[in-house]
Amino acid sequence: MASLKDLKNRIESVKSTQKITKAMQMVAAAKLRRAQEAAEAARPYAERMSAVMANLSAAMAGTPGASPLLVGTGRAETHLLVVMTADRGLCGGFNTNIVKKARERITALQAEGKTVKLICVGKKGGDQLKRQFANLIVERIELSGEKTITSATSGRIGEKIRIMFENGEFDVCELVSAEFVSVISQKPRAKVLIPAIDAIDEGVERPDLKGAIYEAEPDEETILNTLLPRYADTVILSALLENVAGEMGAKMAAMDNATRNAGELIDKLNLVYNRTRQAQITTELTEIISGAEAL
Amino acid sequence: MADKLHFDLVSPERRVFAGQVDQVVVPGEEGDFGVLPDHAPFMSVIRPGAIAVMNDGSVERTFIHGGFAEVTPAGLTILAEEAVPVSEIDADKLAQDLANAREDVAVAKSEEEREHAEGLVEKYEAMQAVLAN
Repeated sequence: MASLKDLKNRIESVKSTQKITKAMQMVAAAKLRRAQEAAEAARPYAERMSAVMANLSAAMAGTPGASPLLVGTGRAETHLLVVMTADRGLCGGFNTNIVKKARERITALQAEGKTVKLICVGKKGGDQLKRQFANLIVERIELSGEKTITSATSGRIGEKIRIMFENGEFDVCELVSAEFVSVISQKPRAKVLIPAIDAIDEGVERPDLKGAIYEAEPDEETILNTLLPRYADTVILSALLENVAGEMGAKMAAMDNATRNAGELIDKLNLVYNRTRQAQITTELTEIISGAEAL
Repeated sequence: MADKLHFDLVSPERRVFAGQVDQVVVPGEEGDFGVLPDHAPFMSVIRPGAIAVMNDGSVERTFIHGGFAEVTPAGLTILAEEAVPVSEIDADKLAQDLANAREDVAVAKSEEEREHAEGLVEKYEAMQAVLAN
């Protein structure tokens, strides 16, 4: 049986833990709002970009001079998976779910006899994948140095991927990240980045030209070639932004849970504490009364 | 009142401008072009420079860098990597940045670094050219 002092200490410690989780929840809520705004603000660009890409790529895909970024290398031997996770933990199953998805993809691809390479964006994913697939990881990128995710961040990652592609280090590139469904729900997904033709959503709304055709300056090929790298950057940026929003959402939910659990624990401990205190008083009283009677 | 042109200016991080305007002059890769309402469908790569948005007699200039313009019957959309209102460019700071970037080109250790710095020099030079006008 724990002594009163022990119980008291225990209650105090749970209380301070609760304070911390509560604070973390509030911080996550504030950051979530900002992250959501950022993701929202980036959407028009990504949408317009996809629409333009869909238009151009439909016209270009059949021609022999089409860029390999668009149509691929013609092989699908080596797959590069870009696994995007958070840099920090304490956000429930957020990182684990993404890693699980990545692991599924890796196993599936390896079963097909493909070579798999990994780029881990975010510290946690790298840490978890390192245990099983340390030899596959070619690059680890951490984001903790960045205060906010900007196009510079995604540009850097995109640049790395493009250099690898130009050097023929992989044929197909996929992004594994969390889709921000809602504040309480993040779904891990894998999305093809290169070849871009597979990445373009079929559902993209195309502008109605009312029968007219585009005039392009300088020409379609040049436009497409300047757009393609940017398109990849845009996809990476929106994935990163969605990831941050998802992380914060997951963290908020996890910390809310923790705060509630701590509250329950405090109630329980208080009950035990009071019971023990009363039992002690009763014992003392009995001792005094029986002592007085014996006289 | 004549028809207005719907104009969107978006950068990767946010929508910089959206609204109805009279005319926009865009620095295209092969020369400047003006877009009025009911322009034919058209797309062009943009060279670093200033777009001029004309509305109700006033002209607003915005420096854009790295992007792409698309004209559809619905209006004009410019996707720019960077968009800064010309009135917000600080000439002194720009000169400083340009000097720094030139220095970076000179001392760059790797090909990659040099290319990055050269890109910056190009951008700042274009900004200065815009300011000079």
